[in-house]
Amino acid sequence: MIRSAKLWSWIAVILGALYFFLPLIGMFEFSLRARRGVYSFDAYANVLSDPQFRATFTFSLVMSLVTIALGILIVTPTAFWVRLRLPHLRPAIEFITLLPLVIPPIVIVFGYIRLYNTSSWLPLTGSIMGTNVLLAFGYTVLSLPYMYRAVDTGLRTIDVRTLTEAAQSLGASWFTIITQIILPNVLVAVLSGAFLTFAIVIGEYVLAALLNRPAFGPYMVWMGGNKAYEPAALAVIAFAITWGCMGLIQLVTGLQKHTRVAR
Amino acid sequence: MNSSATSAGPARRGRSELWNWVGVAPFLLFALLFLVLPTMQIVIGSFRTPSGDFTLANIAGLFTPQVMKPFWLSIRISLLTAFFGCLVGLCLAAAVTRGGLPRAFRDGTLTFSGVASNFAGVPLAFAFIATLGRLGLVTVLLRDWFGVNLAAMGFNLISFSGLAITYLYFQIPLMILIITPALDGLKPEWREAAQSLGANGGQYWRMVALPVLWPSLLGTFALLFANAFGAVATAMALTGSSLSIVPIILFAQIRGDVLGDPHLGYAIAFGMIVLTGIANLIYIVLRTRAERWLK
Repeated sequence: MIRSAKLWSWIAVILGALYFFLPLIGMFEFSLRARRGVYSFDAYANVLSDPQFRATFTFSLVMSLVTIALGILIVTPTAFWVRLRLPHLRPAIEFITLLPLVIPPIVIVFGYIRLYNTSSWLPLTGSIMGTNVLLAFGYTVLSLPYMYRAVDTGLRTIDVRTLTEAAQSLGASWFTIITQIILPNVLVAVLSGAFLTFAIVIGEYVLAALLNRPAFGPYMVWMGGNKAYEPAALAVIAFAITWGCMGLIQLVTGLQKHTRVAR
Repeated sequence: MNSSATSAGPARRGRSELWNWVGVAPFLLFALLFLVLPTMQIVIGSFRTPSGDFTLANIAGLFTPQVMKPFWLSIRISLLTAFFGCLVGLCLAAAVTRGGLPRAFRDGTLTFSGVASNFAGVPLAFAFIATLGRLGLVTVLLRDWFGVNLAAMGFNLISFSGLAITYLYFQIPLMILIITPALDGLKPEWREAAQSLGANGGQYWRMVALPVLWPSLLGTFALLFANAFGAVATAMALTGSSLSIVPIILFAQIRGDVLGDPHLGYAIAFGMIVLTGIANLIYIVLRTRAERWLK
């Protein structure tokens, strides 16, 4: 019985590996085909030298950094405060943070377009800056489930109440407590949330496309419709970014285990 | 302000209660402006005429063939990829956690699943075009090495089955990530007990493991359904707009009123919320039930 289970396991893993690795090999091989007859990195050179690539990638990069900053600013004080003062509110807050997983992003952005159009009380889509702000808040909403859960899990491992009281008895202000005590203690959790947010925002398509912003996601779709080999090169780059973000999450989580005393 | 507020008088407590709410006010304002109000706008809009009167005509409009067809297509693709995502994900997770393979397989699979479940959207579509598209690696290799012509066999990546195969690339890893803790919760004692009563491997899975895992499986099925239902970018980059699933119809509607009735767009969006909402509710309810066994 054990032997046949092992055999089936090997078969399952090999078939699974085929399904999951072939598209990766396929996209890499395809991205090398730009020059007729030989493999070359021409597609990558074309992409990297395209001013549109630089412009859109920079836009998405800045957007993701703004999103991460907004996320930290909104989520950390809230998660801290709920744990310290409003524990009975935790289920309600958690429910709100999970809503972006329930409501499809396309519906959320549809609401933005109708709610914040040029004839509304807050005409955010009327100006470029306003639309950028709306997009950043939209991304913050998309990353909310991951960010909140990461920070809340981080807070669970420290004694929030004791740390706060100790800081208060030494005369620390709320600002000092959050920036000097709480944030450094949940830094690993915050970083994990930040890297995941980065991976989500950098290639996001629907929000950017419907709000008409020149982000990396719409650029990739445009390339897909107009070029043959460059899209595969873009896919390789995007996969490397996703892999890098996940690697960084594992790295910081691993580092934390070493710096913590085993209890 | 100090933390002895709980022992202070009633007036002090009232002020402190107010102060407590001030702490979460930025978050609540943010959630209200960028999550709750936009969604309410859609929900209310789907029950209104363009002039603002109450109507059920938009909801009734959902049940016309023109709108039912994309919904049915979306539901079918979500059910199909959720089913196979669960099935294949369970097999793979079972293989790496209980199949007696080296430990490295388990860690590698989980890490890879974390990456693959986030590798959705536009790049995923490109990867599959480069692999199973007309000039893709696998298509070409099958033709040149084995004489198998996928196109002649009726396979087309830009189709229902092609989209399903692509969706499974993020569905299966999500299943693996969620079901592995549940599999870890299966106690070895249960297997030993089953064996000592004469059960073989198949009987153990059918009569012990699966009944315990059932709520987790069903719950994850609902989650995968919602996951596929809301996906837009992958389908958009893979098929353009040739496959009329609901999110693509809604996308086109937002871009330029293809249906000619803006409030029908609200109703379609409302229909999406209802379906993904029900699916997520099932997931949450079943997950709480499943956690009973994982203590």
